Amino acid sequence: MEISGVLSRRNMPDEIGGFDLSPGHSEEEAHVLAVDDSLVDRKVIERLLKISSCKVTAVDSGRRALQFLGLDEEKNSAALDGLKVDLIITDYCMPGMTGYELLKKIKESSTFRETPVVIMSSENILTRIDRCLEEGAEDFIVKPVKLSDVKRLKDYMTREDRDGNEGRGINKRKLGEACDVSPSFSSSPPSISSSSSSWSAPSSPTSLDSPTRRLKTSTCD
Amino acid sequence: MLGLGADRLRADMNRLLALLFHQGVLDEQFLQLQQLQDETSPNFVSEVVNIYFHESEKLLRNLRGLLMDREFSDYKKMGIHLNQFMGSSSSIGAKRVRNVCVAFRAASEQNNRAGCLRALELVEHEYCYLKNKLHELFQLEQQRVLAAGVRYPIQN
Repeated sequence: MEISGVLSRRNMPDEIGGFDLSPGHSEEEAHVLAVDDSLVDRKVIERLLKISSCKVTAVDSGRRALQFLGLDEEKNSAALDGLKVDLIITDYCMPGMTGYELLKKIKESSTFRETPVVIMSSENILTRIDRCLEEGAEDFIVKPVKLSDVKRLKDYMTREDRDGNEGRGINKRKLGEACDVSPSFSSSPPSISSSSSSWSAPSSPTSLDSPTRRLKTSTCD
Repeated sequence: MLGLGADRLRADMNRLLALLFHQGVLDEQFLQLQQLQDETSPNFVSEVVNIYFHESEKLLRNLRGLLMDREFSDYKKMGIHLNQFMGSSSSIGAKRVRNVCVAFRAASEQNNRAGCLRALELVEHEYCYLKNKLHELFQLEQQRVLAAGVRYPIQN
């Protein structure tokens, strides 16, 4: 059975040599480089970031991330001139180069060692978290990633040249106005609140903001 | 009579969603995806879910292929496929699918081929149910959008 409008071309960013570039870069928004080998997760993190007013470049491997940043010895940087990266968010478990290895390479570079790096993982393993934080990761997010996680990330992205009104000021005002019980939704931008195309969700029995924490073993180290 | 069809369809959708939540088929991460859908990205949920279906079917075929091989011994490779599948299931809120994968992973870690086969059947069963229900949901949504677009009564 055909499902129309499934992969609406206008909603999908273009793929250029494996990079997903979001169109319409402006100077005001923070630019995030997202790294994840899972296409599903890339789509979700991309959307989470865009809805949080970030420009996003999504790549599918550590290698491509290094290429984009111009840190890969073999290939030249595909990053546009003057395009800064304010945050790098990467999955931990990836084939080839893990997020941890990517983190190390970034921290070894002179150009990007100051750029905050956040690790995502489906596994809540303390030794893994510690290792990443010790290596200089800013934060560690247990998947699945939520809007509240991304909201928190915005605090790590400091842009001195950004107009004060664009940044935290607005979010704080919205938090004040909303007076909501559920913190994860109170600072969401206006575009979410409407609309004829979104489904009204049934009342959820559980708290929407409480992640489940699980300790598990993993094949990826 | 304008939009009555749309209202009834919306009610049908909510009832189906409530059922899926009640059954533990979906969890709050699915709600999170809905939160990300708006006018600028009106098909976000179905787009992501269809990517999930496409990828999952590949992974499930790989898993079955590995296990059906009488010479099979590469549990590590199976574990990698499984982790990918668990990860994306969790990312779209497919709670029950993810949970049956946990049993699969346990059998895999014990190199228990028979246990893995049993677990795989369970996973395939849960995945099929999820896929059917979500297709139903998307169909209702499509119909609702169409019905909401009606501006004048249709003569029978």
